[in-house]
Amino acid sequence: MKHSIRALMGACAVSALATAALAETTITVATVNNGDMIRMQSMMEDFYAQHPDIKVEWVTLEENVLRQRVTQDVATNGGQFDVMTIGNYEVPIWGARGWLMPLTDLPADYKVDDLLPSIRSALSVDGSLYALPFYGESAMVMYRTDLAEQAGVSLPDQPTWAQIKEAAAKMTDKDAGIYGICLRGKPGWGENMAFISAMANSYGARWFDMSWEPEFDSAPWQAAFKDYLDLMTNYGPPGASSNGFNENLSLFQQGKCGMWIDATVAAGFVTDPEESSVAENVGYAVFPNKDGVDNHGNWLWSWNLGIPKSTDAPEAAEAFVTWATGPHYTQLVAEKQGWRAAPPGTRKSLYENATYLAEAPFATLTKETMDAATPEKPSVQDVPYVGAQFVSIPEFQGIGTAVGQQFSAALAGQMDADTALKNAQMLTQREMTKAGYIK
Amino acid sequence: MARAATTQRKAIVTVAAWIVGIAIFFPILWIVILSFKSEGDAIRTPLEVLRAQWTLESYTTVQERSNYLRHFWNSVVLSVGSTLIGLIIAVPAAWAMAFVPGKRTKDVLMWMLSTKMLPPVGVLVPIYLIFRDLGLLDSRVGLVIVLTLINLPIIIWMLYTYFREIPGEILEAARMDGATLRDEILYVLTPMAVPGIASTLLLNIILAWNEAFWTLNLTAAKAAPLTAFIASYSSPEGLFYAKLSAASTMAIAPILIMGWFSQKQLVRGLTFGAVK
Repeated sequence: MKHSIRALMGACAVSALATAALAETTITVATVNNGDMIRMQSMMEDFYAQHPDIKVEWVTLEENVLRQRVTQDVATNGGQFDVMTIGNYEVPIWGARGWLMPLTDLPADYKVDDLLPSIRSALSVDGSLYALPFYGESAMVMYRTDLAEQAGVSLPDQPTWAQIKEAAAKMTDKDAGIYGICLRGKPGWGENMAFISAMANSYGARWFDMSWEPEFDSAPWQAAFKDYLDLMTNYGPPGASSNGFNENLSLFQQGKCGMWIDATVAAGFVTDPEESSVAENVGYAVFPNKDGVDNHGNWLWSWNLGIPKSTDAPEAAEAFVTWATGPHYTQLVAEKQGWRAAPPGTRKSLYENATYLAEAPFATLTKETMDAATPEKPSVQDVPYVGAQFVSIPEFQGIGTAVGQQFSAALAGQMDADTALKNAQMLTQREMTKAGYIK
Repeated sequence: MARAATTQRKAIVTVAAWIVGIAIFFPILWIVILSFKSEGDAIRTPLEVLRAQWTLESYTTVQERSNYLRHFWNSVVLSVGSTLIGLIIAVPAAWAMAFVPGKRTKDVLMWMLSTKMLPPVGVLVPIYLIFRDLGLLDSRVGLVIVLTLINLPIIIWMLYTYFREIPGEILEAARMDGATLRDEILYVLTPMAVPGIASTLLLNIILAWNEAFWTLNLTAAKAAPLTAFIASYSSPEGLFYAKLSAASTMAIAPILIMGWFSQKQLVRGLTFGAVK
């Protein structure tokens, strides 16, 4: 009897030790629903092979819902997420407020110096990285080479807005349902205002002067916005005031747009023969500029993985973010799904890889546009803020969307350009005064 | 002559009802149609969509990517759990208001209804902080409490209106026969009110099933119901219509089937009860 009690106790001790050894850490990752992020979820076997003691729970959300959820959680120290997918708009603001963990001692095989300088600087506060980039993008012109040829248009690699207008006029054939140009019109700081802000930058305009006074009443803003309305009214598709990225993507894929100026990530979609009817006939050019203004207004956006201070598993979270954004992951995707599927826009080495350059015809231009993006100096004039297609201050989400609504209403014909600009100036000034920027 | 006019009127009303019915149901039908098309076809013009080949690929993708059963089970627990707890609280409350009304009963009823007029986002941050401190974030217990509280006014109102139709003399007779308060509610009132309680139960399960504000804001991975499952298939960059439609169809199918089988009770509850 004594022996059996001893044996039983021994077995209990062994099983307790075994349970402790097998105890796994579960991390919750909040992420956005897009192709690259979904692909990552299918690559998890590799991560589990390297880290059998870490389990990852995914929370995939639509971009706006995700932004609201993670902001609420990080600001209240909620601790629901161990890793958050955030944009380069949030990273510097959250990093400066101490909401994110600094990522200072990254392992040598992470090759931090391989990150594209523009992206690295956009994710740093006082020289320290606060999130690691998963993929990055800029903006460029995508156009139908077949339509351009038919219309006798030859678009240079670095077109001006005058050349874009001329090409749009020639390519438009409304009877055949073809519109020369498709641009964003749906209101929102990340929708029409991303495009219009970048366009204004390329006209020499800026959101604020050095004392944070808005500049919608300036000549460059007037010229940029009037040209935008002119392009869209004469050569754009009907109902453009409700078109965002997806609506324009589907119009372009169905062959209804001559040109589309939007995020570089779109190039992968419009050249996918399974989804796009024009996959074989797409040409690319740099984001246009106004004659005489040495600024292509390139925007810079990246989706990044950050670790909130509220996490209770910082080591496991860091192991995950370094795996997901490291060079090994790029290699893994290339082996399993081909180089074309590798997450773009974060590492220099990807653009030195001959196989990638051969498989992704838009790669070189993506790299060039990203290199040319200067979020620290988005306009030819001096600015007091950082950000190319946005202004990196917490108030921008609200202001950007309110201004976007005015501009979208002007595109829908509910008011003229001057009224929209006047309203934008008034409401921005009011909000900036309330927030204490304007003394 | 009068007969012909009545028939004509009936025909007009029938046609109008069908038009309204189809208009309301059409978006759901279109979602179901899109869910059986490929992503490339789902963005075409309506006629091209109808002509395009039917496929199950979106359902396969959704099955591979998400744990549907876990979300489904969470939805069942949250909607049934919150409705049952709500009924346990609401039956005695509605009894008191219907059969033993006080001076302030009407005011209390109006006050309860007024809580539904507050935009939920107004109390999001305080509730989030309370949940954080009590460790209730991303838990089914926490969400059952919230859903019970937000649907309680509707449950009480529906039951109150229903109980008012029951003659008080029957309860009085039971009391004279020596029934205690508990016996009176359990063995006399409840059996008579079963149709009303059933329709209240069904309507509140549907309301809790469709609730998307609190279920999205207070959950992450463990307690997320089907509303979070749908939200994970929407995207501002990239094609997603077919997959989103498949996810939506899978999320609404259980409640649609339940509604189909219990439509008699639902209609009876809606016409006899609160919104009479």
